[in-house]
Amino acid sequence: MKPAPFAYLRPATLEEALAALAGQQGAKVLAGGQSLVPLLSMRLAAPSTLVDINALPDLSHVAVSDDGVRIGALARHAEVLASREAAERQPLLAMALSHVAHATIRNRGTTVGSLVHADAAAEMPMVLRLLEGSVDVASVRGRRTIPAAELFAGPLESTLAQDEIAVEACFPALAPGAGVAFQEIARRHGDYALVGVAAHVETDGGEVTRARVGFVSVSDVPVVVDVTDSLDDPASAALAELEPADDIHATAAYRAHLVKVLTPRVLADAVHHARDRKKS
Amino acid sequence: MSAPTPEELHDVRLHVNGSVHEVHVPARRLLSDALRHDCGLTGTHVGCEHGVCGACTVLVDGRPVRSCLMLAVSAVDSEITTVEGLTEADGSLSPVQQAFSDCHGLQCGFCTPGFLTAITAGLEENPDPTEDEAREMVAGNLCRCTGYQNIVKSVLRAAEIQAEAGQERS
Ligand SMILES: Cc1cc2nc3c(=O)[nH]c(=O)nc-3n(C[C@H](O)[C@H](O)[C@H](O)COP(=O)(O)OP(=O)(O)OC[C@H]3O[C@@H](n4cnc5c(N)ncnc54)[C@H](O)[C@@H]3O)c2cc1C
Ligand code: FES
Ligand code: FES
Repeated sequence: MKPAPFAYLRPATLEEALAALAGQQGAKVLAGGQSLVPLLSMRLAAPSTLVDINALPDLSHVAVSDDGVRIGALARHAEVLASREAAERQPLLAMALSHVAHATIRNRGTTVGSLVHADAAAEMPMVLRLLEGSVDVASVRGRRTIPAAELFAGPLESTLAQDEIAVEACFPALAPGAGVAFQEIARRHGDYALVGVAAHVETDGGEVTRARVGFVSVSDVPVVVDVTDSLDDPASAALAELEPADDIHATAAYRAHLVKVLTPRVLADAVHHARDRKKS
Repeated sequence: MSAPTPEELHDVRLHVNGSVHEVHVPARRLLSDALRHDCGLTGTHVGCEHGVCGACTVLVDGRPVRSCLMLAVSAVDSEITTVEGLTEADGSLSPVQQAFSDCHGLQCGFCTPGFLTAITAGLEENPDPTEDEAREMVAGNLCRCTGYQNIVKSVLRAAEIQAEAGQERS
């Protein structure tokens, strides 16, 4: 199992990298390689050129401000997970990242790469959608910001153009009065989720004023459902908007069952989280 | 019909176990293959070749990484440690290697290089793991023989050996 031949570039500046991508229809970005290299080896992808961004400067940051956490394209999952400031500003980051693969994969795989890869079985695309974050992308044509709601086009398909590089992702801070929670069921810890569920609630004086739930591995894109008006039976409201699918890992019926069990559980956790934060 | 153009080769300087290896490889050469075929370091094993089994785990700048998911050309700026580089300078076994021997942590040995590298780095980060933490440390590596019990024991034993060595030194 070996990749097909390709040309390789390791540019030292973002400008060079963008020019290389713009000049070649078949060129692809190589970040951590934890999704792309298996695809190359299995020959499911055969780019003409790989533009390796690992030598680009100033993209490894995990920058925490009042607004939230900005994650550079070369920040590895492990570095984001290790940042205490990031976990304080937006606790859902660490809650979800600890379920992303194993430590060895997290040492190399990038969080931004996982967003661009847009796997519906991956945790971070759903987390970005649930938190209403965004990704900044650059190309020779200029820069633009893609809101999470417009980032995911289909299975393993994001709305980045072929010549664009995602330079940074922005995960908004958790507002006062808000709470988050995450749970997933996988065959073994670190495996892709059979079903993963995250919740984000906003509260005002103990009352839930907004509640949203995000799902991993249920449909073929990351899905977020607003359940503010169906808090008595949020799982049914969610299932009405989901299309659980069969695959070799689980049947659709089992996935629907997990959605029913996990949705109320995770929502309750998020409400507790909001209350506990208020106390401390 | 024109002859196919020969594949471009890259001159790559790999820093492995404290030595420099100058290799001449196509861009698609996986780091695992470069280590085995171009550097002759066959201690790194290759099982699944798509990141799942962990047999090919090496340390890149001290952190465990799948060598089958890295291109050799992309490893130029890194310091790589393979299982061959774990042995002490005098040729004696490292604490983790000694513990695997003491606790029967291997049977066929195919998976062992990946476990040894991953655990060496894991104990650096957490020198005194609980049993649960020891299990978590090896969760990304597959073994078809042992059933893992003796591997988890080996992690705990390696931590003991390291602690004893540290006490003797101080
Ligand atoms: C055994 C195993 C288990 C895993 N388990 C999980 C899991 O449980 N959950 C999970 O979420 N992930 C899992 N992963 C995937 C992992 O999280 C990857 O790191 C991540 O999906 C991709 O990040 P990367 O940096 O490795 O990207 P790469 O593999 O380098 O690239 C992936 C794709 O994104 C594009 N790309 C990457 N970065 C950019 C950029 N900055 N700009 C434009 N395009 C870009 C590439 O061109 C490519 O198409 C697993 C991987 C393995 C091997
Ligand atoms: S050979 Fe690299 S993980 Fe299996
Ligand atoms: S000892 Fe045989 S695979 Fe682990």
